[in-house]
Amino acid sequence: MINKLCDSVQDALAGVADGATVMIGGFGGAGQPGELIDALIAQGARDLTIVNNNAGNGETGLAALLATGRVRKIICSFPRQADSQVFDGLYRSGRIELELVPQGNLAERIRAAGAGIGGFFTPTGYGTELARGKETREIDGRMHVLESPIHADVALIKAERGDRWGNLVYRKTARNFGPIMAMAAKLSIASVHEVVALGELDPEHIVTPGIFVQRVVQVPRSSTGPAGFKQAA
Amino acid sequence: MTGKVTAMQKLNRDQMAARVARDIPEGAYVNLGIGLPTLVANHLPREREVFLHSENGLLGMGPAPAAGDEDFDLINAGKQPVTLLAGGAFFHHADSFAMMRGGHLDICVLGAFQVSVRGDLANWHTGAPDAIPAVGGAMDLAIGAKRTFVMMEHLTKAGESKIVADCSYPLTGVACVSRIYTDLAVIDVTAAGLKVVETFHGLPFDELQRLSGVPLIA
Repeated sequence: MINKLCDSVQDALAGVADGATVMIGGFGGAGQPGELIDALIAQGARDLTIVNNNAGNGETGLAALLATGRVRKIICSFPRQADSQVFDGLYRSGRIELELVPQGNLAERIRAAGAGIGGFFTPTGYGTELARGKETREIDGRMHVLESPIHADVALIKAERGDRWGNLVYRKTARNFGPIMAMAAKLSIASVHEVVALGELDPEHIVTPGIFVQRVVQVPRSSTGPAGFKQAA
Repeated sequence: MTGKVTAMQKLNRDQMAARVARDIPEGAYVNLGIGLPTLVANHLPREREVFLHSENGLLGMGPAPAAGDEDFDLINAGKQPVTLLAGGAFFHHADSFAMMRGGHLDICVLGAFQVSVRGDLANWHTGAPDAIPAVGGAMDLAIGAKRTFVMMEHLTKAGESKIVADCSYPLTGVACVSRIYTDLAVIDVTAAGLKVVETFHGLPFDELQRLSGVPLIA
């Protein structure tokens, strides 16, 4: 019987190697798999490259992982936020490498990896410093920049509901990077708030088919908190 | 070229937003950038159906929820809690940016530090050596929509024109701006140059020309 369900987040994170590239879902707090990140911190892998839209908020989740000093490099689109103090400190002191990527390129490079695309041309970023040194080509009268896929060893994603085959559905805008990161990693690990029996997820509504997911672990439901902006006192 | 304009002659932020809203037609798919453009949503008449897109993954974005009803799994690109209108949809990031990059959005409205006479846009980075850069979706938004509107004050606090011959700030996109809405005027970026569509409060063209410091077409 195929069973991708893990008994604990510790089991789910087993085997993450030093030097791994780890994609972490989420846009600010929405979709950020806090329990899996905490388990990665406990697991202890180091010299990591992290792929996320942001670079951590406050002191928990991705920010806590960065604070361990085990992240060598981060690939993201929007590191600087009102509550990105952990990243800011590491960056200013030269303790973390930053690859800044336009958000649509980040998404499409992840998708390309998952879809077996070796690279793609896009107008995004043409003529800007983020395209410096990259191959360009005129296509249909418009200048394009060659972008490469981003592959990962591991993806940590947060879904709402899943089954033992790894089929997933998400909750509202917490979906964000989950479906494409699941496609782009060799080992995709999803936390879910609810595990259901096979067949209970409407096959017309499954967002991530289980082929893209290797491990599923149930975590207690918790409400997502605000992140990414200054809150009124 | 620098200049001073009295407060009486300028639109305030809400008036600017109302002016932009006038140009957003029924049925348009629209992305409103973070900051000043966000105000445009407040000026779209209720009876006009406009689809607001937020690049983190929703179409049919509604207004902010009532206090106590916030759900931080339902946020906009500024990570603020929002609501979803009936008929709205969620989708993943690659689909969301395909809507932008694939030319499916009719209009995006962006803030700016500078716009050049050719429609080059600078709005993501001041280039200050100690600043931590963050680009987000700015470069995708700039080049993706059928029309890119910029909304900004005409002059810096020091009175310098933000419409320039060449952007001194790092570029977000090349020749991507269709129309500029400032607190003094509406200006189209055309093949022939910057064409003034409208000035506010009776501001004479010659005065706008003097303040702008780049060639304008009446």
